[in-house]
Parts: sequence; structure tokens; C-alpha cells
Amino acid sequence: MSDETYRIGSFEFTSRLFVGTGKYTDPETMVRALDASGCQVVTVAVRRDVLDAQDKAQKGSLLDYLDTQRYTVLPNTAGCFNPQGAVRSARLSRELLEGLRNPGANWVKLEVLADRKTLLPDPVGTLEATRALVELGFDVLVYTNDDPILARRIKDAGAISVMPAGSPIGSGQGILNPANIRLCLEYLKEDDPDYPVIVDAGVGTASDVSIAMELGADGVLLNTGVASARQPVRMATAMNHAIQAGRLAYLAGRIPKKRYASASSPLQDVIAPASTT
Amino acid sequence: MKLQVNGQTRSFEENDATIARLLQQFDLTPLRVAVELNGMLVPRAEYDQTKVHDGDHIEIVTLVGGG
Repeated sequence: MSDETYRIGSFEFTSRLFVGTGKYTDPETMVRALDASGCQVVTVAVRRDVLDAQDKAQKGSLLDYLDTQRYTVLPNTAGCFNPQGAVRSARLSRELLEGLRNPGANWVKLEVLADRKTLLPDPVGTLEATRALVELGFDVLVYTNDDPILARRIKDAGAISVMPAGSPIGSGQGILNPANIRLCLEYLKEDDPDYPVIVDAGVGTASDVSIAMELGADGVLLNTGVASARQPVRMATAMNHAIQAGRLAYLAGRIPKKRYASASSPLQDVIAPASTT
Repeated sequence: MKLQVNGQTRSFEENDATIARLLQQFDLTPLRVAVELNGMLVPRAEYDQTKVHDGDHIEIVTLVGGG
């Protein structure tokens, strides 16, 4: 199972779990959680650097802890509320990752958000920014809501992966609309079964990851579900198991749901036959 | 000269300092940052040659934790 590879653009991975690097209580916990998750791809954000020595000592740097030789870094455009901001952010992250010689230099997880309360994607801005970034030669993975029609438009615009949300970012509500995720998968994969679809955002616990994978997603991206768990490293281990369990269950093929029971032990030749019907 | 760096006004004694010099002043490792000068990305290879002038807007960014 763990040897099964899949592709996203020019990348080939075995782990289907993508883990964020935000919100951990301390960097050591992050390092251990990433390790326990089995992930090969981690997400990061681009922000203004700290200029004063005092703040620097206090804040530390992600790059002191994150092993950029081990992980493929997927930079996001989080915090961008318009396509222009997202394009700027993508260019800066490309420059940064080229400097670090990380294979993730040319890809970007596009987020164009609509408002701070819901952090829901702005569908129009997202589509616009996808086109702009594809034009600029980026490999674009697009965070979007779970609208199948929009998902198809984003793929047609040249995204190398569409990442529908399970529920709002950091909400822990899980997969709110499995029917829509299923439709997204159907539309995105109908003539292109290997097109990667990654459920992004909203994961609260391990079963949410399994559900996404059982629906047929190629991967799951999460951050808060691990980083803010009471025991992040243990939860990361659970997510690692869940992604594999869900993938295996999808491949194995679940039984259809039936209205009535279906006995697993033979009902014949029992020593005391039941008299009830 | 006065520069707007990451949204703050900063004074520098040298006029016509380069980006490389600026990063040195802030004790920043060039490989760990990306720089915009007046909204345009400055490629790393050009830090030594690119000069900044009074009133310029500079953004110096790095990678931080995110999802």
C-alpha cells in the first residue's frame, strides 16, 4: 500500500497526506508531528520578515526547524483577498524556494479568500488568479469551495490540482457535503481518472480524512486538526493511519448500504432453529 | 534617507545602499528572504546591484508556518 505512487503535475508521491506548518505550540512539536504524519509535502505561508533583533530572537524562524531537504514545500497564498495579492505572494514564494533549492519552487497552493469570518474562497477571484498564475508558468493547486461546476472551470483554466474544501478552514467540521465532493471528483476525473483532487480544509479528526479518501479523493491537506489537537504528534499518527485506511477502503470497494440485515453466519443448521420469522 | 520597509519608516545613513547592504543591516540571510522594491520582485542575483533610494517601498518576506 505505502508503495503506491501517484502524480501531481511533475511530482510523484506515495504519501497522500499534506500537512500544514502553522499553529503549533512550539517548533519541536511541529517537527515531530510532521514526521509522525508520514507526509512528503508541507504547506507554508509567505509573510513579512522580522526586522528587529529582539523580535527575531523571540519569534525564531520556521526555516530553523523545517527540513527543506526532506519535504517538498508547497507555499500558499493564504491571507490574499484578491488575485493581484495572490500573484505577488506566489512570485515571492517561488523566489524563496528557489533560493532554498526546494523542488516546490514552481508550484503554489492558490487561496483567494472572500472574507475573514468564513475564510471561504472568492470563486471569481480564485478563477481569475488561476488563469494569471498558469499564464506565468506556475503549477497551480487551487483551494476552492466544493462546487463541482467551479471545480471544472478551475481545471479547464489549467490548474494541476483542484482542492475542494471539506468545510471552512480550521473549523474542524469535517466533510460537510460528501455529495458535492463526490460530484467534484466525478466531473474532474471523468475523462482524466488520474487528475489529482485533494480535499483541503475542515478536517477535525482522523475519520474525516478517511471519509474524504473513501469518496475517492487523491489526498487530504490539513493543518489545524493536527496542530491544535491536544496531542498533535499522536493525532498526526492517527491521520497517517486514516489516510491509508481510507485509500485502502476506496480501492477495496465498500459494500452498498442495505436496508435490512444480511447474516454473516449461516442461518441454516443452527442447533435450535428460531421460531420467529 | 528614509525607506518604507515592511510598512515601517526606517532611516538609513547611507544613501544609495544596495538591497544586499539593507539585508546586512537587518542581519537577514539572503537565502531566507525574498524582496520587493516598489512592488516589483527583485531577483536574488540582483541584490548586489540593486540600489534603493529615499522614499522607496521595500518588502522583505520569508516563509512562516501556514496551512
